[in-house]
Amino acid sequence: MDFGSILTTTVQQAFGPLAIVYCLAAIGLNVHFGYTGLLNFGQAGFMAVGGYAMASAVATWGLSLWAGIAIGIVLAAVLALLLGIPTLRLRADYLAIVTIAAAEIIRQTAGSVTLLDWFGGQDGLNSFVGDFRELNPYDSAISLGSVTWSPNDFWVMTVGWILVALCCLIVWALMRSPWGRVLKAIREDEDAVRSLGKNVYAYKMQSLVIGGIFGAFAGYIYGLSKAAVIPTDYATDTTFFAYTILLLGGAARVFGPVVGALIFWGLINFLDAFFRQAAANDVIPQAIMDQNQAGLMRFIVLGLALMLLMIFRPQGIFGDRRELAIDGR
Amino acid sequence: MHTRFMQVAAVTGALLVALMTLLLGVGAAPAQAAEQPAACQFEPNDDPEIHLKGCLRDQREDPPAPVPGVSVSVLDAEGETIADVETNESGVFDVALPGEPLSNLGKDFTIRIDEDTLPEGSDLRNPEQVELTVNFDTTSDQTVTFPIGDALPEAAGKFTRGIQLAVGGLVFSVCLAMAALGLSMIFGTTGLTNFAHGELVTFGALVAWGIDLLPGSITVFGTNITVVVGVVVAFIAGGLFGYLNDRALWRPLRIRGTGVIAMMIVSIGLSIFLRSVYQYIAGGSNHNYSQYSASTPWEIGPLLVTPRDMIVVVAGLVILVAVSLLIQTTRMGKATRAVADNPGLAASSGINVQRVIALVWTVGVALAAMSGALLGVTQGFDFQIGFKLLLLIFAAVVLGGLGTIWGAMIGAFVIGIFVEVSTLFVPAELKYVGALAVLIIVLLIRPQGLLGRAQRIG
Repeated sequence: MDFGSILTTTVQQAFGPLAIVYCLAAIGLNVHFGYTGLLNFGQAGFMAVGGYAMASAVATWGLSLWAGIAIGIVLAAVLALLLGIPTLRLRADYLAIVTIAAAEIIRQTAGSVTLLDWFGGQDGLNSFVGDFRELNPYDSAISLGSVTWSPNDFWVMTVGWILVALCCLIVWALMRSPWGRVLKAIREDEDAVRSLGKNVYAYKMQSLVIGGIFGAFAGYIYGLSKAAVIPTDYATDTTFFAYTILLLGGAARVFGPVVGALIFWGLINFLDAFFRQAAANDVIPQAIMDQNQAGLMRFIVLGLALMLLMIFRPQGIFGDRRELAIDGR
Repeated sequence: MHTRFMQVAAVTGALLVALMTLLLGVGAAPAQAAEQPAACQFEPNDDPEIHLKGCLRDQREDPPAPVPGVSVSVLDAEGETIADVETNESGVFDVALPGEPLSNLGKDFTIRIDEDTLPEGSDLRNPEQVELTVNFDTTSDQTVTFPIGDALPEAAGKFTRGIQLAVGGLVFSVCLAMAALGLSMIFGTTGLTNFAHGELVTFGALVAWGIDLLPGSITVFGTNITVVVGVVVAFIAGGLFGYLNDRALWRPLRIRGTGVIAMMIVSIGLSIFLRSVYQYIAGGSNHNYSQYSASTPWEIGPLLVTPRDMIVVVAGLVILVAVSLLIQTTRMGKATRAVADNPGLAASSGINVQRVIALVWTVGVALAAMSGALLGVTQGFDFQIGFKLLLLIFAAVVLGGLGTIWGAMIGAFVIGIFVEVSTLFVPAELKYVGALAVLIIVLLIRPQGLLGRAQRIG
């Protein structure tokens, strides 16, 4: 067992591109769920819209990367409107079911053979990151201590963490404004807000759009870090991971998703590296756990952790129980 | 290190014998292939490479006749073609995998069959499925089945094909309805939108598989009924599992006063947990039971209906009607409906609400588990069969009206048949997309569902 390499992997991944992806997705969910109380289970759909808009603009329609990013933001907003119109007037669990269904529709349609020429089927799209990589100022691998990132990864991380900081700043500014206080009031008691003459439906819709655009940002970073957009990356579990991050860090807290993403992605990779090494070095006998099964241990622990977290500490690490009316409805 | 190498060498030897058997023909179950190894003559190899071998036999003949001259391609996980081969006069093909034997373990390989080279009059029963993926694990040989049978008449009209698809949809609907009824009953009485319901469906498929894998077989009057027993055991074990679910997890949460949204997220955690445990146990590949995975269809007019599907439909319908009648007529059923209507009021009129909910969990999960076992019988299963079904279950329940008993069933039949028949007009890969679109449109027009009562929310 080489604990040094396990820890190196953990740190490398915890600050790496994928942690940023989940962090951005969770920031979007924080606006939806943490502040407004909307159960959006289709964040992966918003990510897919962002990722596919960016990738197909370049790879399929020959536009520039920046045009693709702009289109992605518009499409994410349109998706939020499309989902919100039928469901925001309904009970919370309806929004959950509709958003999860919409995300699957997007993923299965994008991955279909029928639209192969546009979206590349199950293999997805690649060769769209040229414009982004040309701007890369790093020309050699970056090391901090024993942890090393490739120049491409480090460039994605630079942009990604700046984006995370900006998003946190936006969320912080929005939520201390009168507009943000209305959102929180809707979360606590929407009938009371309605009786004060606020248009609850419009506020919820605005929240859905803003959180959805953060989701599209996550899709961009995902696409840029892997240099590919693949349908399986936007499966339902991606949304569930983002929820776990949000609940771990603490919902309705500006830095909740950031802390949650660092811990979640670090822990997931720690467990993965740990069990793989344990299985490979026969610390755990082959008969009990082979390499494939070792890779599953992290999800088993993750599922258990999400249950226990929700049962025993629903406010997460930094959350404030009074801030969260999760038991309300 | 030395001992590890020896172990792998031994495994390589095992893989040489018979890695997989392709079955041609609809008249036989895979088990028979294992019982008659003489028909497949694999030549021994003495090189160190791992060989991927299979044989194609037409099991409509007795003894099964080898099928020569069919092109088979083997692809690696990246989709690169490793080899193109043809089956020889004994129906056997043999591909030596390139590279170190060790490095091939744990990788996925895809076997693709070229439909055009099948003999005249034979066709893949499922034209979509021309390839199968096998994962090398070190412990066992794997059987891979391409269900192939009589060529379907080309000239079948759209109407006939529509009816044929609707019959297939009916089989699927019955399974969907059982799962949807369970979800709807649980939602009705507890308000929980259970995202782990799909895993309860998979539970049934796995229990039946476990019974099937036990050594020996269960026979009554000379008929092998192992899989039938498996389905029944899945039903019972499902009931037990449901009771335990409620007792160990959901009941304590209810007593603590946990909100429904918090419980919904707990159910997501449970779903991820159970699904990973299932994959840990059953692996990532597709499984079939030892019986009924291929069965000879009856021709009824222009339609082809297998007796297996008929039995599944009849058994499923009987169970569905029985449960509905119990809910409609018995005292306990009345109590269930009272709890669904208003738990507080039911409690104050002397109904033991926790006992009713425990019963609902027991029956609901028993239904879900049986649904999984029957789905496994009709189309095979993997560790996420239930998870893939979950959104369709939601669609069925929302279409019929969340929490209504008859609505869940009607919704399931509409969705199940719609999914299959829609393949007349849309590509088969998008058939679930259509059903999910229906879900969203229903919410737009009639949010309370077909049978639900309208209520103002928000």
